[in-house]
Amino acid sequence: MRLTEGHAGARVLAFGGYQPARVVTNDELSQTVETSDEWIQSRVGIASRRIAGPDETVGDMAVQAGGKALAASGLSPADVDLVIVATCTPEVQIPNVAAGVAKRLGIVAPGAYDLNAACAGFCYALANAADAVRTGTARNALVIGAEKLSQWIDWTDRSTCIIFADGAGAAIVGPADEDAPGIGPVFWGSDGDLADKIYIENRNSFIIQEGQAVFRWATSALAPIALKACEKAGVDPSELAAFIPHQANLRIVEAIARKLGAPQAIVANDIVTAGNTSSASIPLALSRMLERGEIPSGSHALLIGFGAGMCYAAQVITVP
Amino acid sequence: MAMTEQEILAGLGEIIDEVAGVPAEDVTPEKTFVDDLDIDSLSMVEIAVAAQDKFGVEIPDDQLKDLKTVQDVINYVHRAEVSA
Repeated sequence: MRLTEGHAGARVLAFGGYQPARVVTNDELSQTVETSDEWIQSRVGIASRRIAGPDETVGDMAVQAGGKALAASGLSPADVDLVIVATCTPEVQIPNVAAGVAKRLGIVAPGAYDLNAACAGFCYALANAADAVRTGTARNALVIGAEKLSQWIDWTDRSTCIIFADGAGAAIVGPADEDAPGIGPVFWGSDGDLADKIYIENRNSFIIQEGQAVFRWATSALAPIALKACEKAGVDPSELAAFIPHQANLRIVEAIARKLGAPQAIVANDIVTAGNTSSASIPLALSRMLERGEIPSGSHALLIGFGAGMCYAAQVITVP
Repeated sequence: MAMTEQEILAGLGEIIDEVAGVPAEDVTPEKTFVDDLDIDSLSMVEIAVAAQDKFGVEIPDDQLKDLKTVQDVINYVHRAEVSA
């Protein structure tokens, strides 16, 4: 049997992000549930979030973000032969989001699948894509995190409706030379003991989250996981130019950053104007930070996704 | 060997300074977390996580809500250490 010929490494060629047009402020939410701008900002760090239009789908947002990443990469659709969409909020279970997104972007007959690791989904998908490119299973891959959490929110539940939002972020992954592998080894795992802390019971119910238990897990378990990813990549936290954790809650972001010990790293705070967009949050934050010129090309950034499951995944990447 | 109340207070002061930015010298036994130190329930969780690292004493969420003052936490850690 013959095997594929691979590459020394894989790298991210470009990122792209998309946010729906509608801005929902804390003041708007405080007209329908008992809350306030001051309370929301102090507890979760969100000032406003974006909510998709009623007819706007996860696939629509994925196409927008994926199209931007593809254009920024300089590749043509024909160069891409793998499309992975990380999402936990597809409108339907069949067909998957990925194949339809590929078709709309003009990517013909790629491998196409959806991946559900909740808010950790993008980092899982990025690891899958990097391995596929490195082993020669794919030439170039499009990885997208896209979510329409608004359709799974009880808008009278003030513990969740202030947090979750909609959006998409994407990355193009291609081969890298041995002297510059741009996507480091993933450190991933899960803790099924905590599976009942974030869940949607059935197709007619909404997201339920036990906030305090999740907060405790996130502020205690994740810093050591982030450090393991640095260790696997052989990159000391002091060398990081950026730290992009899943934008779950600004207090969680700050707590992990404090424990990480990465004094040079700019820490993503995209949640302030994006809300918690689950698997979209990391590539969305990265694309916006790159647009603003906040992270130099060629520097190291640490990503860590974490969420329902509980699932987590972290890796160091070289910024395109 | 179990820590003295004074040692627990000093450790707690360092934790609260780090987590909530309250100067350690302001952390005195009679202070309440919510009203005197302006510490909310999420910061209390962070303090509990840090206390576990520092003192080796786990303070579960259902116990945490009953700890109103700095002295309450000192007593909790002290008791747990003595009975350990």
